[in-house]
Amino acid sequence: MLKYTLIPLLPLLSFIINILFGRNFIKDKAHWIAVPAVAGSFILAVSAFMDVTAGNVVNINIYDWIVSGDFHVSIGFLIDQLTSIMLIVVTSISTLIFIYSIGYMHGDGGYYRFFAYLSLFVFSMLMLVMANNFLLLYFGWEAVGLCSYFLIGFWFHKKSAADAGKKAFIVNRFGDFGFGLGVILIFLTYGSIDYVQVFSNAGSVVGQTINILGTDYDLITVICLLLFCGAVGKSAQLPLHVWLPDAMEGPTPVSALIHAATMVTAGVFMVARCNPLFNLSHTAMNTVAIVGGLTAIFAATIGLVQNDIKRVIAYSTVSQLGYMFLALGVGAYSAGIFHLYTHAYFKALLFLGSGSVIHALHDEQNMQKMGGLKKYMPITYAVFIIATLSITGIPGLAGFFSKDEILYRAYLGGDTGKFLWLLGTVAALLTSFYSWRLIFLTFHGKFRGTHEQEHHLHESPKVITVPLMFLAVGAIFAGYVGIPPLLMEHGDRIGEFLAPVLGHPHSEGSHAEEMMVMAGSVLVALGGWFIAYRMYIKSPELPKKVGEMFKPVYNLLFNKYYVDELYSKTLVQPVIKASDKVVLGFIDIKIIEGIVNGVPALIGAFSRKFRQVQTGHLSNYGLAMALGALAIIGYMIFMK
Amino acid sequence: MVPLSWYIVLSAIVFSIGVFGFLARRNLIIVFMSLELMLNSVNISLAAFSHYLQSMRGQILVFFIITVAAAEAAIGLAILIAFYRNNPTIKVDEINLLKG
Repeated sequence: MLKYTLIPLLPLLSFIINILFGRNFIKDKAHWIAVPAVAGSFILAVSAFMDVTAGNVVNINIYDWIVSGDFHVSIGFLIDQLTSIMLIVVTSISTLIFIYSIGYMHGDGGYYRFFAYLSLFVFSMLMLVMANNFLLLYFGWEAVGLCSYFLIGFWFHKKSAADAGKKAFIVNRFGDFGFGLGVILIFLTYGSIDYVQVFSNAGSVVGQTINILGTDYDLITVICLLLFCGAVGKSAQLPLHVWLPDAMEGPTPVSALIHAATMVTAGVFMVARCNPLFNLSHTAMNTVAIVGGLTAIFAATIGLVQNDIKRVIAYSTVSQLGYMFLALGVGAYSAGIFHLYTHAYFKALLFLGSGSVIHALHDEQNMQKMGGLKKYMPITYAVFIIATLSITGIPGLAGFFSKDEILYRAYLGGDTGKFLWLLGTVAALLTSFYSWRLIFLTFHGKFRGTHEQEHHLHESPKVITVPLMFLAVGAIFAGYVGIPPLLMEHGDRIGEFLAPVLGHPHSEGSHAEEMMVMAGSVLVALGGWFIAYRMYIKSPELPKKVGEMFKPVYNLLFNKYYVDELYSKTLVQPVIKASDKVVLGFIDIKIIEGIVNGVPALIGAFSRKFRQVQTGHLSNYGLAMALGALAIIGYMIFMK
Repeated sequence: MVPLSWYIVLSAIVFSIGVFGFLARRNLIIVFMSLELMLNSVNISLAAFSHYLQSMRGQILVFFIITVAAAEAAIGLAILIAFYRNNPTIKVDEINLLKG
């Protein structure tokens, strides 16, 4: 039991020590506390995984958190197949990224702060995945959001970073509001927020309705959609995706850990965790699938034309998260989690690789000013190629297995399945194109930066490249736990492992269909590479021409469909105006300040009049005394 | 034998003169004297009642009042002199430092 408690406790201890003693005592040695702590968590997580594979699903309550009448919440852990996989993903990637950060953040003034927040994040994320009830999940959910805010705005003296942090936090509030309502509704419906009790009674309320503003809605659907609101915010799906690309203002290890590999997948994890509820609502499932599919293609199209290396990868993350939701929505939960797991490795690798490039170029992020880095940074180039092959779904690498599984499940997925499959395949083509575009712009051709930068080009130190190599191993081999049955009998070990929690996919297709889907996804992967190769290697003037030819489309994509502008016009500006006029102009100045200033002004005015009683003339005082004495005597004589 | 009421009337007259002097005169010394007058009018009535009731309590009180009056006069005059050194006036209307 102590073992399971220690998994989140070690990072928490690292946070407490670093934040209390970091500034004055630990300083540049913060990693000596943080790295062993998170590595310890990793070892314990592996051991917990072993326990689960041996058949020991753990559900323990450590501490009674809230006891109030029928409402009972404990701090407790549920470590089942799903959680154990998440534990491995979170702790392994955290460990590698912590080590990478030693090199990447070297010499930064907030070094100890960085490791403190990063440790707090790992603690929160572990609480999120290990929780055995919705409130503890919600705690972890909000805590990772808070850490994300801290870390996006880590360089808070830069206005854009501080703004991006705020944006992430505020946009997430929209989703979390729904999520909070969902948790409350679960309690009202089932009288408990414990996973086991809720999920075992999930079916008992089928067919019940809830009246919202005069209209009856299906209760389960409402619960699921509210929960999904939270997932949309946290996992940056349409229409709340706007915060994630901006979140790239944070340090690159943060982008890799929080905004690619772990935190943003919390939404996927949560929906998968709540699969007994989602399974009961056809509407909710379709919503999840369609939002996922649309996000996948929407983000991928934006990624085509962006020039900031980290933004391209950020849009790629949004797009891949869309894939995961697509899988969840068609009921292929294990495929979604499988993709979460492989994506964590190759996407962390892409981010850390781009961090290595940015580091070498002294904080240059514009790909148009890179190029030809292949010969200066062979290791970074190699891992980038591996990650790209993996994300584009080239057979033999991790991404292929999970992406293929998703597309296949989508293809089989009922009425909307074919449409979703089409979305997914087109998104795969786009993914392949922009991923290769990134490689070609960054590593091939001639260097387009300044001479000063070219002079200083160098491969990153070992502390950066070694974690990259480990992640590259993950990006290649992580997929071999889920080989499709077509290629190997009983190859889908992760699907079978997760089946007790997530269930089996509903339908099986024929070999021919599976073959066709697989061929299609490999074809588009190669197609994307070919187009990118033609445009950026063979004839580098071509992109410009194409951009000119389809000017309106190019502008639309380059400006990210004007979503930020739309929100600014419809939401942000009206809110700012309203705050300015109503909150500041009326409530604050008129009412609050009116009271605060009015009371003293009244007292002042009164005393200015009243103090004139004090004439300073002795005879007036004497007269007052005499009259007073007379009044008292008069009272004594006549009233008694 | 002089009846008690005469003493009371005398006391009231002296007290009234004192009150009038205190309120009406402008010279601080005279205001002081008026104050003494009021105290002594009380002494008269106390002594008269003491004799009337054949009790020594009233006369004891008279001695206390005389003591207090002496002390008060000493302090009062000292303050007056100290004040006069800073503000060369003893007119009550011109002493209004406490004006609000």
